[in-house]
Amino acid sequence: MTTGLVMERIRHAFGPMEVLQDVSLVAEAGKLTCLLGPSGCGKTTLLRLAAGLESVQGGRILLQGHTVGNGAEKFSLPPEKRDIGLMFQDYALFPHLSVFKNIAFGIKNLTAERREWIEAGLERMGLAKHRNSYPHVLSGGQQQRVALLRALAPEPKILLLDEPFSGLDVTRRAQVREDTLNFLKECGVAVLMVTHDPEEAMFMADHIVVMKDGKVVQAGTPVQTYFHPVDAFVAELFGPMNHFDGIVDKGALQTPFGLFPIPAIPDGEQAKVLVRMEGINVTMGNADGHPEEMPKDCCYTTGKIEDAYLLGRSSHLHIRVPKNHGHPDGEKVLLHVRVSGVMKPESGATVTVWADPKQAFVFAAD
Amino acid sequence: MTQTAPPILASTIEKRLKTPSIDVWAFGTLMVCLAVAMPIVWVIGLALTPSGDIWQHLVDTVLGNLIITTLMLMIGVGLGTLVIGTGTAWIVTMCRFPGKRIFEWALLIPMAVPAYVIAYVYTDLLEYSGPIQGIIRDMFGFESKHDYWFPEIRSLGGAITMMTLVLYPYVYLLARASFLEQSVCVLEASRTLGKGPWQSFFKVALPLARPAIAVGVSLVMMETLNDYGTVDFFAVSTFSKGIYDVWLNMNSPSGAAQLACMLLMFVMVLIGLERYGRRKQKFHHTSTHIRELPGFKLSPMLATLAFLACAIPVLLGFLIPAWVLGSYAIDFYQDTLDANYWITTWNSLLLSSIAAIVAIVAGVFLAYSLRLGQSHWINVMTRFASLGYAVPGAVLAIGILMYLGWLDNTIDGWVRNNIGFSTGLIFSGTIFAVTFGYVVRFLSLSFGSAEAGLGKITANMDGAARTLGAGPFATLRRVHLPIMRGSIMTAALLVFVDCMKELPMTVMLRPFNFETLATFVHQYAADEMLPEASLAALSIVVAGIIPVILLSITIARSRAGHYAPEEPHLIEMEEAAP
Repeated sequence: MTTGLVMERIRHAFGPMEVLQDVSLVAEAGKLTCLLGPSGCGKTTLLRLAAGLESVQGGRILLQGHTVGNGAEKFSLPPEKRDIGLMFQDYALFPHLSVFKNIAFGIKNLTAERREWIEAGLERMGLAKHRNSYPHVLSGGQQQRVALLRALAPEPKILLLDEPFSGLDVTRRAQVREDTLNFLKECGVAVLMVTHDPEEAMFMADHIVVMKDGKVVQAGTPVQTYFHPVDAFVAELFGPMNHFDGIVDKGALQTPFGLFPIPAIPDGEQAKVLVRMEGINVTMGNADGHPEEMPKDCCYTTGKIEDAYLLGRSSHLHIRVPKNHGHPDGEKVLLHVRVSGVMKPESGATVTVWADPKQAFVFAAD
Repeated sequence: MTQTAPPILASTIEKRLKTPSIDVWAFGTLMVCLAVAMPIVWVIGLALTPSGDIWQHLVDTVLGNLIITTLMLMIGVGLGTLVIGTGTAWIVTMCRFPGKRIFEWALLIPMAVPAYVIAYVYTDLLEYSGPIQGIIRDMFGFESKHDYWFPEIRSLGGAITMMTLVLYPYVYLLARASFLEQSVCVLEASRTLGKGPWQSFFKVALPLARPAIAVGVSLVMMETLNDYGTVDFFAVSTFSKGIYDVWLNMNSPSGAAQLACMLLMFVMVLIGLERYGRRKQKFHHTSTHIRELPGFKLSPMLATLAFLACAIPVLLGFLIPAWVLGSYAIDFYQDTLDANYWITTWNSLLLSSIAAIVAIVAGVFLAYSLRLGQSHWINVMTRFASLGYAVPGAVLAIGILMYLGWLDNTIDGWVRNNIGFSTGLIFSGTIFAVTFGYVVRFLSLSFGSAEAGLGKITANMDGAARTLGAGPFATLRRVHLPIMRGSIMTAALLVFVDCMKELPMTVMLRPFNFETLATFVHQYAADEMLPEASLAALSIVVAGIIPVILLSITIARSRAGHYAPEEPHLIEMEEAAP
């Protein structure tokens, strides 16, 4: 099967503002690719370029092997000739058309087979009784499903989703996300989705492209992105982290948990170690000797609870520990820790903490 | 053709949904803009051609008088509408008194009466031989003019009064909208800070509403400059009248064009004023907290005054003229019917319908073309083309006559030289010429409505339609037109009614012996035969009431507290400065 969508060395500017600088990506057929990044990073512009809603200024766009946009030749195939489906963040349902007519809008030849497809889709999405309703009477979730069906109805070569779940209530989001994912997998269509929600990207994507300030920072599987972030920005996408800065000495950096080996950065350079909030484990009391559940090669330290917050599914702890391992009377730092379940120790209680090496990352200082 | 070819200027900045092939939209936009701009270009060109000593002659004779009279008329009408419009708007918005609910919309009704119609009616009532002076003479036993004093209606003061009576609703409408939009909290804050209702009005509400009022007054002044029927009838020498006099009586097209250019300068100042007002309007709201307005409860004494303040404009601006015309129509309808009333009406309906349709098609085309994203200079041209409403009818009429005359001669000359027969006049003095004039003048109205209608449709609608395989035209047909059908119909209606009322261009551009209701009434009134034409005048007023009703409905809706998304006449207000 030909590769779905290829975007090569895309550059784009709005006036003097460069929003995309040399961005390349591939969205393979049958897979869900996710563009992840904070707002303003250019991911929506990239999606609009893929759709043809913006003309390519620099770089090339290929859809199933055919060029649909080429900046050098000032060529940009208009969106209506590209065979793509785009679902907008606000769904953009046509207010003057019924649900059925909205979905059928893009179908050039409404055959009995396509009709059946729509009816089946409405049935599958629990919208059958709304087929003649107008969009404004539908709930947000229903509108989202209509928009999805509408984008898929003309059998596009690729489906583009712009923040597909951001308009939904938090409580409904997880369920809708799962339903949508299942439906898309059944359809087998190539999907390029834009989101700023890393959890959403992790859940949905086969492939994540992380963007920042108009550039691609990292592209890889969700596992790669989470466990092997290329820099602090990618690592921190999944939530704030504990930072330990310092100068590399003898191939290692001093942290509250002991020396952290840093083979890649030369001695004397600034470096930092980032540890995820959920990458720090806590046991009550002053551990004499090695806690049982702790890996053999791991160092630990003791600290005092400063604050503890119950958040329901998890608890947040603020723990004050010595800045340098083995110097209990020296300077102290505050650790931010997330533990699953309920844990609410008294302030001032002594705890033993250690860091999971898989959740700790080393980067050169910026 | 090479000059007018579409720009393949692939501007890197704003090129949203532009199609890369031959751009019908850019080309069409250019054509429409050129057609619309032609009359004004011709006026300016004509004014610049040497014309002997006409200009010097004008300077020596009439020019000073024209400038002073026009300025006094503008200032008079401006002040009159400012006071009446703002005052009544404040009273009905902020006070509670009997009849308030009715006045809210009734105050708009005088808008339905063209200034020239009200001028004919009051002249008929107030002139020496009219019923009012007759009663006075009978009551006091006066024998002749010299025995008593009575204001002369056919004067500058009369013209100011007439125009104020029918134009104040522009100011009323915008001022009221502005007062309604003002957060009550701002006013209440003013009250708690120790200002009374009156002080609050002058220190808070009025300054906040000032941009809206400025827009209203400048629109009123544009209408004043455009007026021909009233000043012609009252023999008040304003620019509009001067242009016709120089053109027809002194037989000097270039002299008329020079006057027209001076008039255009007046208009530019007004457009500037209006723009300035609008620009400031954007900084309006500091609080989005809107609640039911307080409604000062008035004492019986004050309530009576408030009632009178609102009732008098309605009485003078609509009820009396309508009553006079109505009673005449009952007595003299047979005369009107005998004088080709049906043909005249048919002519009016035909012309107005054609103009409305053309203006709507062109307006939607321009607005959608702008939405598709054109190069910068096409945007500028479109803005320019939509200034037509600000250009007085007299100026447009000259431009169109000259332009079409040139076009006819050119075609005729070419055909004679190359094919060997004479085409004669193809466009001049035809229905085409009048329709063209209407479209140029009212295009801004339809364009403004179409633009406002399109503005309410999110850009993602276009994106959705386009990615679903609909091209630009299909998107317009399948998505935009159905969604904004309501505002388009309203705009068409507004253009239609404005064409029905239009006088100066119709007089000048119509075919020989071709009468519309407006020219028919004008002709009869000039011959002191208003009663015989009253049915026709009444017909114009009735047509004019339609948009007022539409407007009243939207206002009634907006009163419930939710903001009315479509106010047809606010769109009309958009005319001069889209």
